[in-house]
Amino acid sequence: MQNPASGPSVRGSMMTDPKVRAWAFQLIAIAAVLAAGWYLFHNTQSNLAQRGITSGFAFLNNSAGFGILQSLIDYTESDTYGRVFVVGLLNTLLVSVLGIAIATVIGFVIGVARLSPNWLISRLAAVYIEIFRNIPPLLQIFFWYFAVLRAMPPPRQSHELGETVFLNIRGLYLPSPGAGEGLWPFLIALAVALVASVVLVRWARARQEASGQRFPVSLGVIALLVVLPGIAAAVAGNPFVWTVPELTGFNFRGGWVVIPELVALTLALSIYTAAFIAEIVRSGIQSVSHGQTEAARSLGLRPGHTLRLVIIPQAMRVIIPPLTSQYLNLVKNSSLAAAIGYPDLVSVFAGTVLNQTGQAIETIAITMSVYLAISLSISLLMNWYNKRIALVER
Amino acid sequence: MKIVKSTLVSAVTVAALGLSAQASAGTTLDAVVKKGFVQCGVSDGLPGFSYTDARGNFLGIDVDVCRGVAAALFGDASKVRFTPLTAKERFTALQSGEVDILSRNTTWTSSRDAGMGLNFTGVTYYDGQGFLVSKKLGVTSAKQLDGAAVCIQAGTTTELNLSDYFRANGMKYTPITYDKSDETVKALEAGRCDVLTSDQSQLYAQRIKLADPEAYIVLPEVISKEPLGPVVRQGDDEWFNIVRWTLFALVNAEELGITSANVENLARSSQNPDVRRMLGAEGEYGKDLRLPRDWAVKLVKQVGNYGEMFERNVGMGSELKIQRGLNALWNAGGLQYAPPIR
Repeated sequence: MQNPASGPSVRGSMMTDPKVRAWAFQLIAIAAVLAAGWYLFHNTQSNLAQRGITSGFAFLNNSAGFGILQSLIDYTESDTYGRVFVVGLLNTLLVSVLGIAIATVIGFVIGVARLSPNWLISRLAAVYIEIFRNIPPLLQIFFWYFAVLRAMPPPRQSHELGETVFLNIRGLYLPSPGAGEGLWPFLIALAVALVASVVLVRWARARQEASGQRFPVSLGVIALLVVLPGIAAAVAGNPFVWTVPELTGFNFRGGWVVIPELVALTLALSIYTAAFIAEIVRSGIQSVSHGQTEAARSLGLRPGHTLRLVIIPQAMRVIIPPLTSQYLNLVKNSSLAAAIGYPDLVSVFAGTVLNQTGQAIETIAITMSVYLAISLSISLLMNWYNKRIALVER
Repeated sequence: MKIVKSTLVSAVTVAALGLSAQASAGTTLDAVVKKGFVQCGVSDGLPGFSYTDARGNFLGIDVDVCRGVAAALFGDASKVRFTPLTAKERFTALQSGEVDILSRNTTWTSSRDAGMGLNFTGVTYYDGQGFLVSKKLGVTSAKQLDGAAVCIQAGTTTELNLSDYFRANGMKYTPITYDKSDETVKALEAGRCDVLTSDQSQLYAQRIKLADPEAYIVLPEVISKEPLGPVVRQGDDEWFNIVRWTLFALVNAEELGITSANVENLARSSQNPDVRRMLGAEGEYGKDLRLPRDWAVKLVKQVGNYGEMFERNVGMGSELKIQRGLNALWNAGGLQYAPPIR
């Protein structure tokens, strides 16, 4: 009698029960979303069929028949559209990885320089940031591609370095290594050196924690990595046979070529993104209370150590989340490649393949899901790293 | 900005195909009549075919085809609006309904005709793919191009023919692809590539865009068949018929000696039954096409016959100075032939 949920008016109470209502509304919402999705899918299907446009993913097995400027895997014109997709994807990933790496390095350097007590250094960093983050990335790509790299000489008048490295309007030609007689001993020595380095680092850390004495770890590691493989090469013979690019006919052949499209895109994206990263790094460092610096100084740490051991680790907690966004932006901006003919996923797959097959919906859907997948992977990775360095509360 | 645009076009297609209610046959004509103009997809700047002059007027053979359709339909060749499209954007723009006709030097192939929901209405220009090189290279034949860097426009049959040709001759090449034909020309001039390949007509057009056209030659080899023509959406026969018979009327007019100068006189006084039927003096042949009785008069009066169109845009009356060649009438040794209007 006192409980409104029981008694004669059961129906009314069901409707007024907030839990039931919440469930009901959620179910209705889900049903509406599913219905809309089904409607879109079904309507697209019937419209495509009615207009006589081929649909489905069978086209991925057809042979492509066109060449691609740069591919990281073997690709010939008789390969399938599916393989073109992989080639484009790898080219996108290549420019993204290079861009992220370079942008991070430049960004951290500029960000730290921005806070330098040296007036000139901090002003130069400020000028860098204000210039590059305020010019649209597409224009920066055009600048590097059309203004800088188009000014290189033709192949026959290449800039050269010791007749092994050549730079011209077609790209940077480098010698490429092949397996020589001493390759295996060299690789084994390198592996041994790597293992020894890990052991050395651990030993040095343990010693420092036990005795407080420091060991010049980086010098030791460098020595190991240079000396051991060096001895192996000296004993067993040359580990690599270098193929030097050679001017035959129209172009250089042999060796590696770094195409100007890749250089322009990587430079523009990393320089642009680095300006944002620099500001993120600056704000991260400034978020660490000055008391931390003073405490570190009073413990006798040198400024370099203070920065590396005290400030940066704490600043990282502030830096990582916005840094993730910048990485995502860089990956997404890499689709501007199409503007200068760099064969990335958008240019080759969502462009050429779409046009050759006419299957807009499928190619665009695949391309969008790929970018989504790349971005989500970067987010996951960065979130994992963020958790790892988060403040452990005791 | 073009990437943004091509992505937009694709996105619009996806949205249009997803959201639009079932399109039924015959809607293009009704829609065109209702809005009062023809929306025509043309190229992004190709002298002779479709380009804009200093005052922003669209000119060229492809442009004239669309003007012709507007003249036949509305009696007014100016009732047409143009959408410049890159090679990559063109089919999605037509499929999504953004344009009513795609008149953009597009090669007729089986996969485009059958697999993309498109219909080719005829051939406005019989073309073939060729090569443009700098004279400095000293190349006289395409067979000497082994190892060359080749500039191409992305998403064209050119890309496919090029690879076929080099493969068939056991030669290697480096493809340098750009979205716009202008970019390929600039890249050739800068030396990013050794050769530019495209349909021969385009090569002549692109050559005059170069700073020093005399320093470049078009190689003699023609490596493919490129019949270029206007395209409409499949499944809309009414509209297809109008575009197709506009083309046929242009060719028939040349064959019958009807020109923009004499068409009105002939319509009144000609005794030739072929001419009388075509110009509406005898019978009601426009009616079947849902066109006005005097559609062919308006068409020829305003854009001329096929021969006039050719000479004015790409032939001796233009900068390109291209010979009629394959594009002469069938009775003059060429391939242009149109079924009779009766």
